[in-house]
Amino acid sequence: MYTTELGKQPNVKPIGPAEDPALLEAFEARVAADEFIEPKDWMPEAYRRTLVRQISQHAHSEIVGMLPEGNWITRAPSLRRKQILLAKVQDEAGHGLYLYCAAETLGTSREEMIEALHSGKAKYSTIFNYPTLTWADIAAIGWLVDGAAIMNQVPLQRTSYGPYARAMVRVCKEESFHQRQGYEAMTELANGTAAQKRMAQDAFNRWWWPSLMMFGPPDENSPNTAQSMRWRIKRDTNDELRQKFVDITVPQAEYLGLTVPDSALKWNDDKGGYDFGEVDWDEFYAVVRGEGPVARERMTARREAWEQGAWVREAAAAHEAKRRKRAAA
Amino acid sequence: MPSLPPIRPEDEAVAEKVRLHGAFDAPAELPHDPARTEYLLRLGDDALILGQRLSEWCGHAPSVEVDLSLANLSLDLIGQATLFLGEAGDADQLAFKRDVLDFRNCWLVEQPNGDFARTMVRHLLFSTWQHLLYQRLSASTDPAIAGIAAKGAKEIAYHRELAAEWVVRLGDGTEESRARTLDGLGWCWRFVPELFEVDEQLADAIARGIAADPREIEPEWRSSIGAVLGEATLEVPADTRPILGGRRGHHSEHLGHLLAIMQYLPRTYPDANW
Ligand SMILES: [Fe+2]
Ligand SMILES: [Fe+2]
Repeated sequence: MYTTELGKQPNVKPIGPAEDPALLEAFEARVAADEFIEPKDWMPEAYRRTLVRQISQHAHSEIVGMLPEGNWITRAPSLRRKQILLAKVQDEAGHGLYLYCAAETLGTSREEMIEALHSGKAKYSTIFNYPTLTWADIAAIGWLVDGAAIMNQVPLQRTSYGPYARAMVRVCKEESFHQRQGYEAMTELANGTAAQKRMAQDAFNRWWWPSLMMFGPPDENSPNTAQSMRWRIKRDTNDELRQKFVDITVPQAEYLGLTVPDSALKWNDDKGGYDFGEVDWDEFYAVVRGEGPVARERMTARREAWEQGAWVREAAAAHEAKRRKRAAA
Repeated sequence: MPSLPPIRPEDEAVAEKVRLHGAFDAPAELPHDPARTEYLLRLGDDALILGQRLSEWCGHAPSVEVDLSLANLSLDLIGQATLFLGEAGDADQLAFKRDVLDFRNCWLVEQPNGDFARTMVRHLLFSTWQHLLYQRLSASTDPAIAGIAAKGAKEIAYHRELAAEWVVRLGDGTEESRARTLDGLGWCWRFVPELFEVDEQLADAIARGIAADPREIEPEWRSSIGAVLGEATLEVPADTRPILGGRRGHHSEHLGHLLAIMQYLPRTYPDANW
């Protein structure tokens, strides 16, 4: 997911003596009562750190996520599709902005966060390290990637940190359009010419497993889930969300006449959900480490945009300073 | 060389039908009112090509805020293009299945983005013109054109403002931004005269009140651009020999490449719907 805890190590250090147990107890009680924590409120350092990491990772995912889709804006096959895709990618930029703002309320500047992304210290969703080869990839991303994002973000509207929860409310309003346009584009392809059908199935084959990886490592390998759930930073486990995604998406694929690329996929009456094959976790961790097929391209594109934009940002600051000086004179 | 058989009227009728349904590379079909269609293509192609150019920035702009603004401009322009081309015929056929010789946009809008300064200078020059033009066009005798222009004028007012703000910031910013802005002006200024060109086709549409006469907005355009450049501490460049031809399908080398990218899918899969 855009926000999955990607580390395998527990990241919550034991609470130091500096943290007042009475404050901590009051904090825990407020969170347990589903109250929102606001920027000025006292919070444990580990809560703050976890949130900065999660929200900035989410923001970076929105921004890096513009690249695979941006790759097709100039080649969208109709004026309508071009407008829809532009509007969608523009939404993602907006999501990135809301999220950077939410993270800034925790005392980390946007420059610091961007610096952490460009140095490779901060992560972003593994899904954006795969290439968009054909137009069907754009359809698949809307349908599957935004679909998975919705599944993760809807519960985050009730996350314990107020600014994050409110950012998610705005984001979620736009996500359903993203998924719908993707599914609609995929429907057109799945009902189209032989070449279009081939594109559709091929894109589905390539995006299915990486989409399942978006929910993060299996619960037994996700040491921080319990703490995050107790703090209401997270509201469902990775495996719960993954199961939900599979259960909802498989019938959608069947409706389109697409074959799910998983020979182990089978309806399980007892659990009222699908059994499905094992995700390739070696691949997942490799992509987390930055070994995804186009990870280098993605980071290069972001760094170049930032570096080539430096003179523009400097000019804006210089002009603003001159203007102030003139106004004061 | 053997002489070719004469064209029979029934063949002509068949050819006509095929052309109307958007056969590849057929010259743009001009139904009923050639001057009106021609004018719609000019308006639509200007918006389409500039919208396409701006969309190239997506994901690569100097900041997330700028990325958002540029996508906004692009969306407005492609929306306007869709409406104008839709009045001229099938908008998608026109956008994706014509070749260079049938595109009617001016040279300015097809220029490569260059750096952010050039993109903003280009946008200032064009949107100032477009804004003045659309304002006049909202009184066009053609209700469709009047409607699209009235709606578009509101959008373009924002384009102009945004571009003007950036040109001022960049011109009055640092040494580097100033040099880059001057460079952008130098690149774009050659294409200004084409904006005010009136050829026979346009004269006809102006005479009938369908089109606005660009010559009438030139003084206001010049004073508006002069004011922005003044605030940016830049001088208005000297006029150079006009570069013309876009309105008759004679373009720069850049347009063909833009079209190759933009039209690739509908060209590769001619029988597909998307
Ligand atoms: Fe998003
Ligand atoms: Fe989205």
